[in-house]
Amino acid sequence: MPDAKEVIVRVKRQVSPKGTPYWEEFALPWRPAMNVIICLRDIAENPVTREGQRTTPISYDSNCLEEVCGSCAMLINGKARMACSALVDKLDQPIRLEPFSKFPVVRDLAVDRQFMFESLKRVKSWIPIDGTYDLGEGPRMAPETQEKAYPLSRCISCGSCLEVCPQVNDNNKFIGAAIISQVRLFNMHPTGAMHAKERIAALMEPGGIQDCANAQNCVKACPKDIPLTESIAEMNRQAWKQALVGWLVG
Amino acid sequence: MRQPKIIVVGGGLAGLMATIRIAEAGVSVDLFSIVPVKRSHSVCAQGGINAAKNQKGEGDTTWKHFDDTIYGGDFLANQPLVRRMCEAAPGIIDLLDRMGVMFNRTPEGLLDYRRFGGTMYHRTAFAGATTGQQLLYALDEQVRRHESEDRVKKYEGQTFLSAVIDGGGVCRGICAMDLRSMEVKTYPADAVIFCTGGIGAIFGRSTNSVVCTGSAQSALFQQGVDYANGEFIQVHPTAIPGEDKLRLMSESARGEGGRVWVPKNPADTRPARSIPEAERFYFLEDWYPKYGNLVPRDIATRAIHRIVYQERLGIAGQAAVYLDVTHISREVLDRKLEGILEIYEKFLGVDPREEPMKVFPAMHYTMGGMWVNSEDQATNVPGIFAAGECEYQYHGANRLGANSLVSCIFGGGLAGPAAVKYARSLEKGAESTSTGVYENERKRQEEKNQALISPDGTENPMTIWRELGDVMTEHVTVTRINKDLQTADVKIRELLERYGRINLSDRTKWSNQTLNFARELGNMLVLARVVTLGALERNESRGAHYKPDFPERDDANWLKTTRAKWRNGEIRFGYEPVDISQIPPRARRYDAAK
Repeated sequence: MPDAKEVIVRVKRQVSPKGTPYWEEFALPWRPAMNVIICLRDIAENPVTREGQRTTPISYDSNCLEEVCGSCAMLINGKARMACSALVDKLDQPIRLEPFSKFPVVRDLAVDRQFMFESLKRVKSWIPIDGTYDLGEGPRMAPETQEKAYPLSRCISCGSCLEVCPQVNDNNKFIGAAIISQVRLFNMHPTGAMHAKERIAALMEPGGIQDCANAQNCVKACPKDIPLTESIAEMNRQAWKQALVGWLVG
Repeated sequence: MRQPKIIVVGGGLAGLMATIRIAEAGVSVDLFSIVPVKRSHSVCAQGGINAAKNQKGEGDTTWKHFDDTIYGGDFLANQPLVRRMCEAAPGIIDLLDRMGVMFNRTPEGLLDYRRFGGTMYHRTAFAGATTGQQLLYALDEQVRRHESEDRVKKYEGQTFLSAVIDGGGVCRGICAMDLRSMEVKTYPADAVIFCTGGIGAIFGRSTNSVVCTGSAQSALFQQGVDYANGEFIQVHPTAIPGEDKLRLMSESARGEGGRVWVPKNPADTRPARSIPEAERFYFLEDWYPKYGNLVPRDIATRAIHRIVYQERLGIAGQAAVYLDVTHISREVLDRKLEGILEIYEKFLGVDPREEPMKVFPAMHYTMGGMWVNSEDQATNVPGIFAAGECEYQYHGANRLGANSLVSCIFGGGLAGPAAVKYARSLEKGAESTSTGVYENERKRQEEKNQALISPDGTENPMTIWRELGDVMTEHVTVTRINKDLQTADVKIRELLERYGRINLSDRTKWSNQTLNFARELGNMLVLARVVTLGALERNESRGAHYKPDFPERDDANWLKTTRAKWRNGEIRFGYEPVDISQIPPRARRYDAAK
């Protein structure tokens, strides 16, 4: 049991994408309302390990610090979480910090999640408006529809759902729950629905929705409580329907 | 015809809107951002976006929106562009709606509107309490579409270091550093639009995101771009205190009926909900009967400071007041405010639907910023444009809630085509600028990196930053006293001197966040002086700038724009008249109808 006035943090480090991972341990003064970001800032101000060795500050991504930008996702005590909302007093010590394992490490806890943004391009995750000039109001929408769609639109592209998915691995480039849920969002919008077919077709390409094995880890890991498994089920339905129509007409 | 090349620096709302407009004009655009643009600070905006659509039949008009904005800004804003922005706002809402923003709806399927501070009208469209996130995503998606069709090239993970300015004083591109390889490179362009956001980091802790350091603005200031009204800093009345960040509790909580109060007896230790109505002091409602909890932010913030520091009525003697939404039904709270209530719950472990929130004011926004003209967002350096929070044009001495999103989109939408027009008008573009101009700038920036990384210093950048934040927060926020402002400037100059002896704990050449932070810190220190000295000079009280020794607004001497200039390594202040051609200044008060 560590001293009650100390916070012990173990960090899995790596100097570059090709570097060999190694661990360092830090002992930090405990303060009320500490989160993992504050721990990393303490280390930056005094980068000395628990053994008294001088080291470098830890690289990590962060920005908004209120769980809405999606930057600071990492493994905290083995769980995919946002570092800003991970409160020290609610974590078992020593606190273990590791980079996400399903994305290339840039340095230490910072990883490259470009895959997710490329996937959004692949499925045409947007409403194809004619232009930004004045074309009057948008389509009317029932409050019910908005209330269903809004939670989906809060996806912060943190990558937690990919990190916990067994189908995302070295042998399989599964597109992941977040992207599937975005397709559902755009297909729900009155204008977006006009282009539903091309998004569904993109979702059925290699690495697409058919690769989901229904482990349902994604929905438990999502920090924004997005109903991801509901989205996958709905998109499966739309994909089957499109495939069936294609086969009948084809 | 020669095809121009435009660079946009910053991928928040203003930068993305500028990018879309340029791409639509068929001109290729390079978009630079420190973070993937989807992670920009605009995601933190919560409450909504203003537009006088009069959707509630209250007789709201764009003129009233204009008047509220000018009045709320205490008559310091130049009026013509503000008027154009308010007139454009309903069209901006329509555009966002067409882009698929999931705004809350009325039973008829129309957009819903709520009230915000500084107005009597329901003028604020909203998407739950994460409106900024929803708007940013809509523009991010449009930019991604242009990117997939090769009209936009993104350079994410790049930080802006300096503008490339030729011998004639014309901007010909930028110098930027790759935050992974740490490589410093120049990028030619015929025009550059800066949309680099806020400056919260010079106050240490604020409601701003980590990237909001003002480093780009300061670097440009030191290259000759003037900086206007820097002393006008908005301190938001309601935030959750925290050691790493002061997390915003949106004005929309009050817009939906939230009430601010303290126990009449500061020694009252009962749980908030068991304190009877008669023993609560709803001080905003008492002091400002007309606007109540929806007075503008500068007024609410000073009222809370008065309650805590003069009346000594902070909860249990601490620097906190209650923001109470417990009387509103759970169903309404979850439909309209869930995003912010969730933040409170996650970071404090208390459900604000059951317990009143404890809040305190926090540095939130800069009304001041890079000087731009009153037509098309151009700065005083040819080829450099600015839009969004990093420029000064729209909010005068105090910004009204839900006006920032509209000013970002309007300003960005104006800057994009303006930059294209400017670039097309050039006889000689960046391609005819000599390579020596670029190489000199690159070398100058490389040398700065080398100086920082050399191992002979003793000062830790994180420590200097903490000391800067402490002195700025103590002396340059809500209440300003000349003697204290002088003390603050002496301290910042000491920090600048210590900055010269900096010691980096990381000297590696890959993804060195310490080096990048040290570079930003140098610029933050200069900008902190612009803010502090601007405040020292202005001997009056106006909007967010409050001096108890000069408690009145002084139009005879101070109805003018502060324009800071960098001359031979020194900050110099000039002043220019405010364009008050449309609404003559009148006294600003919120205890009665205006």
